[in-house]
Amino acid sequence: MTDMTENTNAATERRSMPRWLITTISVICALALWELFGRDVNPVFGSYPSAIAVAFWHLLVSGELLTALSESLRSFVVGYVLAIVVGVPVGLVLGRSRVAEAAFGIYITAGYAMPLVALVPLLMLWLGLGFAVKVSVVFLMALFPICINTWLGVTAVPKTLIEVGKSFVAPDIVILRRIVLPATLPYIMAGIRLAVGRAVVAMVIAEFFTTISGLGAVIINSANNFDTATMFVPIIVLMVMAIGLNSLIGWVERKVAPWQDEIAGRDRE
Amino acid sequence: MGQVTFTDVSKRFSLRVDGETHLIQALDRISFSIDDGEIVALIGPSGCGKTTALRVAMGLDRSTSGRVTVDGHDVKGCGYDRGMVFQHAELLPWLSALQNVMFGLEMKGMRGGELRDTAERYLDLVGLKESQNRRPHQLSGGMKQRVGIARALAIDPSVLLMDEPFGALDAQTREALQAELLDIHARTGKTILFVTHDLDEAVLIADRIIVMKGGRVHDTIKVPLARPRPDLGIVRGTVEFAETRYKIWQALHDNAAEIH
Repeated sequence: MTDMTENTNAATERRSMPRWLITTISVICALALWELFGRDVNPVFGSYPSAIAVAFWHLLVSGELLTALSESLRSFVVGYVLAIVVGVPVGLVLGRSRVAEAAFGIYITAGYAMPLVALVPLLMLWLGLGFAVKVSVVFLMALFPICINTWLGVTAVPKTLIEVGKSFVAPDIVILRRIVLPATLPYIMAGIRLAVGRAVVAMVIAEFFTTISGLGAVIINSANNFDTATMFVPIIVLMVMAIGLNSLIGWVERKVAPWQDEIAGRDRE
Repeated sequence: MGQVTFTDVSKRFSLRVDGETHLIQALDRISFSIDDGEIVALIGPSGCGKTTALRVAMGLDRSTSGRVTVDGHDVKGCGYDRGMVFQHAELLPWLSALQNVMFGLEMKGMRGGELRDTAERYLDLVGLKESQNRRPHQLSGGMKQRVGIARALAIDPSVLLMDEPFGALDAQTREALQAELLDIHARTGKTILFVTHDLDEAVLIADRIIVMKGGRVHDTIKVPLARPRPDLGIVRGTVEFAETRYKIWQALHDNAAEIH
């Protein structure tokens, strides 16, 4: 605690710019540049922020955007949560059990590199064109980074911490839950963060290739109408959503693993 | 309660270095015993097997042959009759000092108010009652090791095993903790087996010093200093201290060729 207050004091004394302000200025500059140069481009080949804002307003007022968003979010959330629920325990077991690692580790590594888009037609044959196939595409894309990160995290747990558990005759399952899991949390959270981006991509791919629906449908339909400004709306919505989710996960991480920032001596405002 | 016996304990393991497998004889038929309430130091050059002997006694490593008994029971794994103090304390970084002490007690099956009271009592014993809610990174090196000692003592083991417990501390903190350890010993009467590479520390704390070399017991030296030793500064000035220290130094340096 003393470290944290010292850092904050030092920051105010030097009047250093807060993080959020730097980020805001950066975004404003990027948007201004885009607005400036985007206007010179043929509206079929590109767009610019003010045109996209107008298109956003139209989509919002017509209700189309929220319908599409909620449709997309359903498969996203289910697939993503499922990936966490499956990926973390599997990663923990792979990291702790030599046999499991030797037997199944290779599939996880291979699965991470798997060109999932190529499997979508096959998944459609198995699961049809609806909700299930979309969930499974999101799940498969998000699963591997979460699983691999957890697995790597477990192997990075200092051996001596596990010996502390052993020296108090803790059973393996208790060592896993009380020592390995908390020690691995930063890795797990990093995996969950990495998976956000992949899950968003997976969601759009699924909406393109299965039943055209959700935000993916808005993208395809407006692209087919050469309405580039409208096409950018869902893309930007998705990007904003990913950023929001990322900071949400960062916030959760600081709640469940507050010692991590304290150890690293990081100063967050 | 608290008798430890090593009988012909050997430990071999293989180590791969640059693709070559080396067979290491970490312990070569070592035998010694420790009486109840006695403090014994294991000293020797690095790689002499002193830490391995401690780990075998704790049950963290298995011996290749021979047996270790504690109060007549064969050591087959870790147990609550032995408490381990690790070289770098090894506190769980996500738990407070109090929770770290409670961890061992919980593993032993203690619950509820008794759990908290016991943990607080042992933190008090090592003088850390005020800092009980701090997490390890908010504690100094000496405080961390105090928590490590409290955690090991709290489960009320008959033997305390310590692996170079003060080796990573600065000289002043080390002296303070050495005095404190003797004080704790005077109050609890625990048998203590500790590993050190510090000659002074071995003489100040131990009743008996076992000099190890190349996985064998090279020499056993009795420390002719009475207990209690309330002022270690005075002990340092005694002739006995100097003589014993010199004896160990000689034991460590003869047959220098044998030292790897």
